[in-house]
Amino acid sequence: MLAREVLEELVRVLGRENVLTEQEDLLTYAYDATAAMKHHKPDVVVAPLSTEQVADVVKIALRYHVPIYTRGSGTNLSGGTIPIEGGIVLSMLNLNKILEVDQDNLTATVQPGVIIQALNDEAAKHGLLYPPDPGTVTTATMGGSVSECSGGLRGLKYGVTKHYIMGLQLVLANGEVIRWGGKTVKNVTGYDLVALFTGAEGTLGIITEIIVKLIPAPEARKSILAVFDDVDKAGRAIAAIIRNKVIPATLEILDNVTIQTVENFVHAGLPMDAEAVLLCEVDGYKEVVVREAVLVERILKEEGAVQVKIAKDDKERDLLWLARRSALPALAQKRPTTVLEDATVPRSKIPDMLKAIRSIATKHNLQIATFGHAGDGNLHPTILTDERDLEEMKRVHLAVDEIFETALALGGTLSGEHGIGIAKMKYLDREFGEAGVAALRRIKESLDPNYLLNPGKIVRRD
Amino acid sequence: MSVYDSLDSITEELHKCMKCGNCMAVCPIYKETRQEVGVARGKISLAEYILSGEIEMTKGMGNRFSLCTTCMACNTNCPCGVRFDKIILAARAESVRKKGLQPVKKIAFTALKMQRVFDFGMKAGSIFQGVALKNIPNRHSKLARMRVDVGIGKEKVFPMLSKKTLRSEFPQVITVKNPKMRVGFFTGCMINYFYTDIGRAVIEVLTENDIEVVIPKFQACCGIPASVNGDVASARTLAKRNLRAFERMGADALVVACSSGGTAWKHVFGELLENDHELKALADKWAKKSYDISEFLIHQVPFKKEGLGRVARKVTYHEPCHLNRGQGISKEPREILKSIPGVELIEMKEPGRCCGMAGSFSLVHPDLSGQISDRKTADIQTTNTDTVATGCPACRLQLQSGVENAGFDEEVLHTVQILAESYRVGKGELKRSK
Ligand SMILES: Cc1cc2nc3c(=O)[nH]c(=O)nc-3n(C[C@H](O)[C@H](O)[C@H](O)COP(=O)(O)OP(=O)(O)OC[C@H]3O[C@@H](n4cnc5c(N)ncnc54)[C@H](O)[C@@H]3O)c2cc1C
Ligand code: SF4
Ligand code: SF4
Repeated sequence: MLAREVLEELVRVLGRENVLTEQEDLLTYAYDATAAMKHHKPDVVVAPLSTEQVADVVKIALRYHVPIYTRGSGTNLSGGTIPIEGGIVLSMLNLNKILEVDQDNLTATVQPGVIIQALNDEAAKHGLLYPPDPGTVTTATMGGSVSECSGGLRGLKYGVTKHYIMGLQLVLANGEVIRWGGKTVKNVTGYDLVALFTGAEGTLGIITEIIVKLIPAPEARKSILAVFDDVDKAGRAIAAIIRNKVIPATLEILDNVTIQTVENFVHAGLPMDAEAVLLCEVDGYKEVVVREAVLVERILKEEGAVQVKIAKDDKERDLLWLARRSALPALAQKRPTTVLEDATVPRSKIPDMLKAIRSIATKHNLQIATFGHAGDGNLHPTILTDERDLEEMKRVHLAVDEIFETALALGGTLSGEHGIGIAKMKYLDREFGEAGVAALRRIKESLDPNYLLNPGKIVRRD
Repeated sequence: MSVYDSLDSITEELHKCMKCGNCMAVCPIYKETRQEVGVARGKISLAEYILSGEIEMTKGMGNRFSLCTTCMACNTNCPCGVRFDKIILAARAESVRKKGLQPVKKIAFTALKMQRVFDFGMKAGSIFQGVALKNIPNRHSKLARMRVDVGIGKEKVFPMLSKKTLRSEFPQVITVKNPKMRVGFFTGCMINYFYTDIGRAVIEVLTENDIEVVIPKFQACCGIPASVNGDVASARTLAKRNLRAFERMGADALVVACSSGGTAWKHVFGELLENDHELKALADKWAKKSYDISEFLIHQVPFKKEGLGRVARKVTYHEPCHLNRGQGISKEPREILKSIPGVELIEMKEPGRCCGMAGSFSLVHPDLSGQISDRKTADIQTTNTDTVATGCPACRLQLQSGVENAGFDEEVLHTVQILAESYRVGKGELKRSK
């Protein structure tokens, strides 16, 4: 429970209407999108309207030693916003203005509560694009996606969130406000704090303003779908496309379990016995797109695809993408709990990873469907289960352990885009070793010595 | 076990929710409040906590469950196929069982339940209108309006109560020369008491298509305002009365021109009467032959195109949530509009977004309802049309209120009124000078 003075001070700074204290409201900030994760009720939820108010909240929290859990839309998949030590949930959703789209410098300046799609709608008016597109573009906030360094479908060609963040305004754990980076393409002044705070999951500071890079929207695009009767062939096809100097915007893979589930769900016309489906989209200038599409088609055939389709128009394109778009919904409707992992490997190891996941599933007698961003090695092994079945959940945890082990053994990483949060904290030393974890902790403690910001995430306090 | 009887009935539905938050993208309430409790995910969590015993049903909980226009947008956007429409009904029913109705709603529903009282209240209302409300003349519908200060600095514009109710204006059976079928017309309250012009248009269009129209005198309110707010007992009484009234008169089909009525006849009556063998069978029988007027005109009749006169209108169409997502009727009204000579259909941005009326929601949360309405009004204004068509009198009221508060020139009509107008022009009874 919070001291009454804390609440009074918060109300004084933010106004009654921006401070929630009734348990019926608090309970709705006890969770995020992470599956099978214990929820925890905060003591108060505040929704500031300005950077100054954020700084004031931090100062109050500092004075009374109350933890702060910064929250965007709460769609992260690693327990990043669950207030496990109670305290304050700081909702950034009222800071939702797009401050500027600068066509001369190709930048936009936004508040952290802006939804990614809203920025893209605004950019599109000027023929520009903000490429990072996680599955949650229409719901996730800019602050949340910067803090998770979200990826998405376009990672292969366009990179991920960190490649688009040029400047940040931050409220530090001592309540001070700083700015780092800006609109210049080049900037080597001091340490690169913009890079450090991108992906920091709200553990080092609170982002109150973001300057992002925009790019000219590609003129044209073309989608190609290929069906394989063998995972290795699909893997070789991925490598061959890249080797031929074609960098598709998107290169996605669906495994056999996903294909069967999707086919039963939407009847997209995929062969049920296919071992893998690759979906590829090239974009850019019209002429280039046509040339690349033909080339990709030829490569796919050469690599032994049993079927290759190029979409002729937007309608056909939508049809090809139907299978990919339906992957998560189709899987999610099979069982009540969907554990979505994002272990990532170098792209050349995709076939090995797919096979390893298959054998882990058999070993633990679990339903695991795998789909994901084959082009950048980021797979989403998706375990279909029911969190009420405790015995099965035990097997799920074992399988997750082994998936991480395999990814690391193949030269990959624990998380490609969903972050560490609570969910993957205990695996960190396997990737970094003890010394690495200690370095992480020293960075945390130098910026947030009192563990005020998002305590219990990424860095364990001993 | 129906959603109206126990919270346990939605256990599986709740478990389907994976908390992905996709519902945030489309929820009209969340868009305004940006608070988690506004969106389906928040209310689902509350229901889960209640079921798991972590928290008890409180009055405050009931207030949170009232934060929903039941627009079903979240249903459509949910990757897990969660039927939030069922969850909210069950949660509200549970809240009423444990904590009673909210006072504002209590007044509305006890009145609705007893039709005689309602009729009387309506008559008394006519006097009340004269005293408490300003009449503003409107050059379009020539209907006076009453304006009610709903405490948000903005007034809600209601249509005046009709001098005569629709049902007293017509005989129970309206015959035609060579009837090709006999159709029961369920008027619903708003059309019977306020928007009798919609009712007249329905009758006109049906008889124009050689259909005999039956309007049972003893039909009642559809009961949706009661059932969506958890007053299950009242809703059951009304369902029974309606079924009996129509069964007594008999008809080949039943048509409605409001989205609540359609939902009631197609789905809700059967669910409410699940445990009553005899009435459940009756409800199912009528559900099979119940149609929204636009659906009926396109698929069952189909309505005749010869004799349609020219109606020069630029029209934009607003989708009532319970017609579009609730009954899957979205193409039909547009098809009707496009077949009318002279009508130009111009789509607004997000025609399917809720207008914020949602029956008593707009009474309990006038400020929120107003904000949601403002977005809709702005979208309508940018179409530069002169008419908004819609398929539900409740939406019509909200849209009309929004348009008048914004002060631009736009007529709000039910689709069937424009069709009736076209037949009239075709017969030379009416010349539009636009
Ligand atoms: C169905 C589904 C699909 C998804 N698909 C993808 C995908 O394709 N790619 C991908 O990368 N991710 C994906 N995600 C994960 C998630 O959507 C992203 O991580 C998203 O960017 C999080 O945004 P949010 O606003 O919801 O942040 P939250 O969940 O609210 O917060 C995320 C983290 O950021 C911190 N934070 C939030 N705002 C601030 C701020 N202003 N300052 C400092 N810290 C802050 C929080 O403390 C937390 O640690 C998916 C999730 C779901 C449910
Ligand atoms: S979209 Fe569906 S599954 Fe996702 S949070 Fe909303 S109700 Fe739950
Ligand atoms: S039904 Fe509509 S108002 Fe209610 S929670 Fe769903 S989207 Fe929001």
